[in-house]
Amino acid sequence: MTEIFETLGLYFSYPFVRYALIAGVLIALCSSLLGVTLVLKRFSFIGDGLSHVAFGALAVASVLDTAEKTFFPWLFDKIGKMPLVILITVAAAILLLRTGQNTKIKGDAAVAMISVGALAFGYLLLHLFPTSSNVSGDVCSTLFGSTSILTLTKSDVILSAALAVLVVVIFVLFYRKIFSVTFDENFSRATGTPAEVYNLMIAVITAVIIVLAMNLVGSLLISALVIFPALSAMRVFKSFRAVTICSAALSVTAAAAGILISILASTPVGSTIVAVDALAFFFFWIAGLVRGRAA
Amino acid sequence: MAYLTISNLSLGYEGREILKDVSFQVNKGDYLCIVGENGSGKSTLMKTVLGLQSPLGGVIRAGDGLRRREIGYLPQQTEVQRDFPATAWEVVTSGLLNRQGLRPFLTKEEKKIARDAMETLGIAELEKKCYRELSGGQQQRVLLARALCAAGRLLLLDEPVAGLDPAATKEMYELVDKLHRSGITVIMITHDLSAALTYATHVLHVGEDVFFGTVEEYRKSGRLGGFGEEGEK
Repeated sequence: MTEIFETLGLYFSYPFVRYALIAGVLIALCSSLLGVTLVLKRFSFIGDGLSHVAFGALAVASVLDTAEKTFFPWLFDKIGKMPLVILITVAAAILLLRTGQNTKIKGDAAVAMISVGALAFGYLLLHLFPTSSNVSGDVCSTLFGSTSILTLTKSDVILSAALAVLVVVIFVLFYRKIFSVTFDENFSRATGTPAEVYNLMIAVITAVIIVLAMNLVGSLLISALVIFPALSAMRVFKSFRAVTICSAALSVTAAAAGILISILASTPVGSTIVAVDALAFFFFWIAGLVRGRAA
Repeated sequence: MAYLTISNLSLGYEGREILKDVSFQVNKGDYLCIVGENGSGKSTLMKTVLGLQSPLGGVIRAGDGLRRREIGYLPQQTEVQRDFPATAWEVVTSGLLNRQGLRPFLTKEEKKIARDAMETLGIAELEKKCYRELSGGQQQRVLLARALCAAGRLLLLDEPVAGLDPAATKEMYELVDKLHRSGITVIMITHDLSAALTYATHVLHVGEDVFFGTVEEYRKSGRLGGFGEEGEK
């Protein structure tokens, strides 16, 4: 036991590990909040689609980054990759939401199209303009987040933390609106709530969360971070508030546990967190069954 | 002036017309039943009146000081709601949003409005129960309470008795009747002609040709066909 603490103590003497834990927990917190809404609105797939867009955006940002380093060294230090990635992903989210409503190409097809398109172009870009000698390694870590959480710079962590806090604050302020729009959009609109505005807000927040979560678990595993805690909580709890609180608590616990385990066992951070989430889902599912039986 | 004046309204989806030349008026204190075949456009008509979709032609005018935030709506239940984790209280209070504006919490008065609505509909004791575990009749009453929270003056009900057993159906009709007697104007879509003839003051029959008039006029118009005055469906 003391060995474990010694190992952890050693790791936590490095600032980047502390950053990783702080950013990871905050990202997990905000990604779980909207999970309930996304699951219930049948928007789970939008999260998945957007994560691929974010991958493509990151590729573009990396290439631009290299270009900046080469041609505009004075710009490079001021702008990191994240703002650009967030911008592109938010734009895609708005586009997807709009096409989902009333066009010839239906929602799921539009998502599929944009997401695989972004994935393909992203990979292509990274190959045409390699940013390092190890393109496969770069791609793998973007997709699965194998090491990226530990390589965040201090400014990345500050940006992540600020955005995560902003998401939480917005969620709390608009909690009742988000509930109403999720439960019954037609009723909300009929009684004068601008549901389109709130849908847009949900889409934008989702995009921001996905870019943040990409740092933590990589773009392929983001959906797990958004969906698992919400689904687990929904097995057991019966009010929207309890489900939301439980899924937030669960997500934070799983992220913290996943990061610690990955440090001790030298496993990839992202997949360890998702594995903990999946395990938790299994237990909640059992608990839900037992509770249903008893009632 | 009437609460709602609808003149020469035509409506449909994506340019395809499903109803045309609908004209009717709803005055304060009316109880209007909208009847017609399945797929004749009753729900679409209601959504158009509510502004959820735009009409293909014609005019919808609100009058008599009726404002958007005084209209309550009971939509048909959606698939999403059947497994939605929410308590009855959470659902009912979501009807208060249009009073709340941007304020994130409820005031004491607003909570009282919600409690009174639940009291009126006899579901006060269901407050902490999970919505998806309620019976069909209880769910409809929760949704009706939500509509009441939103509505001071006008209620639009889209098939409030769909899927209810006969006892719950009767209770639902009596509740709506009670609300109407207390001074709320009601527009209700129903399949059930006998209910329309028992409780309503006006009938709007949509379909190939549109009829609008009082229940008396409807009886005399000969549209009841084989159903007779005590027809069941």
